Amino acid sequence: MSAASHLSPSEIMIAAVAPMLEGLGHVAVGSQSPIPGSAALLAQARSGGRMRVSILGSRDQNPFTDGGRELFDCAGQGRIDAFFLSGGQIDGAANINLVGTGEIETYPRHQQRFPGSFGSAYLYYVVPRVILFREEHTPRTLVKVVDFISAPGTSAANVYRPGGPFALVTSRCVFSFDKHRARFTLQSLHPGVTTAEIAEYTGFAYDTPARVPETPSPDPATLALLRGDIARLVAATYPGFALKTWGIG
Amino acid sequence: MLTSAPPLLSVSVLAARIGNGTKLVLPADYSGCAMAVVTELMRRPVRDLHLVGAPVMGFQADQLIGAGCVARVEAAAVTLGEHGLASRFTAALKSGELEMWDATCPAIHAGLQASEKGVPFMPMRGLIGSDLLAVRPDWKVIDNPLAEDGKRDPIAIIPAIQPDVALFHAAKADRHGNVWIGIRRELMLMAHASKATFVSVEEIVDGNLLDDPALAAGTIPSLYISGLAVAVRGAAPIGLADCYSADNAALAAYATAARSSAGFRDWLARKLDREPVTA
Repeated sequence: MSAASHLSPSEIMIAAVAPMLEGLGHVAVGSQSPIPGSAALLAQARSGGRMRVSILGSRDQNPFTDGGRELFDCAGQGRIDAFFLSGGQIDGAANINLVGTGEIETYPRHQQRFPGSFGSAYLYYVVPRVILFREEHTPRTLVKVVDFISAPGTSAANVYRPGGPFALVTSRCVFSFDKHRARFTLQSLHPGVTTAEIAEYTGFAYDTPARVPETPSPDPATLALLRGDIARLVAATYPGFALKTWGIG
Repeated sequence: MLTSAPPLLSVSVLAARIGNGTKLVLPADYSGCAMAVVTELMRRPVRDLHLVGAPVMGFQADQLIGAGCVARVEAAAVTLGEHGLASRFTAALKSGELEMWDATCPAIHAGLQASEKGVPFMPMRGLIGSDLLAVRPDWKVIDNPLAEDGKRDPIAIIPAIQPDVALFHAAKADRHGNVWIGIRRELMLMAHASKATFVSVEEIVDGNLLDDPALAAGTIPSLYISGLAVAVRGAAPIGLADCYSADNAALAAYATAARSSAGFRDWLARKLDREPVTA
């Protein structure tokens, strides 16, 4: 039995995301994003305090004092290095849909309405490293072409776009994104997942290297850090998640 | 109240100042929600509101939509957050009875900021290539007139959003009509941008909030305030930061009831019977 089998699905995803943030100066996390939030706090602890983490909706981890606009103004100036976005649908060109399903001509009478685009139609362009995060990895969520583009994965050369997608993390795997080819590549498989399973559950086309490694598991020291100090920090902002994942609240 | 101060009203009289067809800006659930006033709006009920979310909305919007008060929603999202989808919102969209102006958070902020400054629009990065531009014909893309010679730099512009009324709840106001909002400065933006601002508060305090620099920094001066009402626990069952936390059982019960039209009607009837006008 490998050490990885002791990891919960949430811990595998946290461990997959945290290394993507290494070396960054300021990572921001939206509200209700406990797994990205946990990964950011873990990366911060491993940075020796050099990384700033701002979590919206958190009482202690939120430095902003100028209202709802400040995150966006901050990002627009290039003061935020990484952010997390999701989508009701995500397609193979990293276009994301947070509005609804069905032909766009039927807008706004969607088959299924999602809450809305939030800040995606801005942050996706201006934050250099946007990590897409979607636990549900099915042909329903990872689609060939999204029905509505809340924010596009790539832009024409003359459009101001210092930012964009870096990777897509799901409950099954990690995809990296190449903005020049506007295409995902299967980067790693979570423990126990096969390339055939990814092919079956992914609605879009992507590249599969000859050998796909397993998503790296945290070393024992990192895992102890996650389950100790980080879990307690996470509990302050995401109590329900901390209780479910680590039994602390 | 001083003669120059905005009037101190009952909750129901304050609600009565918000007429049919009002363009009404409301805060997100994490800010200050005037739920007691919203209940009075549903009791009347007000009709044909154009709700503007600053920049997203939750329970207030879902309840007003369910009660038939809303003709149009302009917001970056409508959601009950951890309590799930805003079911009355999604049902009203599906039936075609609700007009939707989908936005993105910084576009709402930009539109309110344009109104705050008295200018017709604000430029904004992002958006180009998003289908939001297709469903928002009022948003335009122009060539940056200040771009370097010979370079084309398309940039979106967002028209000013000037609500008729801003409505929210805050911890306290003074007898001069100054309202303390602390760190929730999107409420300041809402007040600056709107033609009128009505606020419910937990309490009216003695003295002048502007006398203490520490408090003044988080205070909306009375010149923007059109009317006040005292509503103790006026944001409940949503929480008010540093005053009381959310009643998650009540919010979950609402979310469950609102999944069906009949469930919502039962919830509303109980709500209106249980909370008679206390004016």
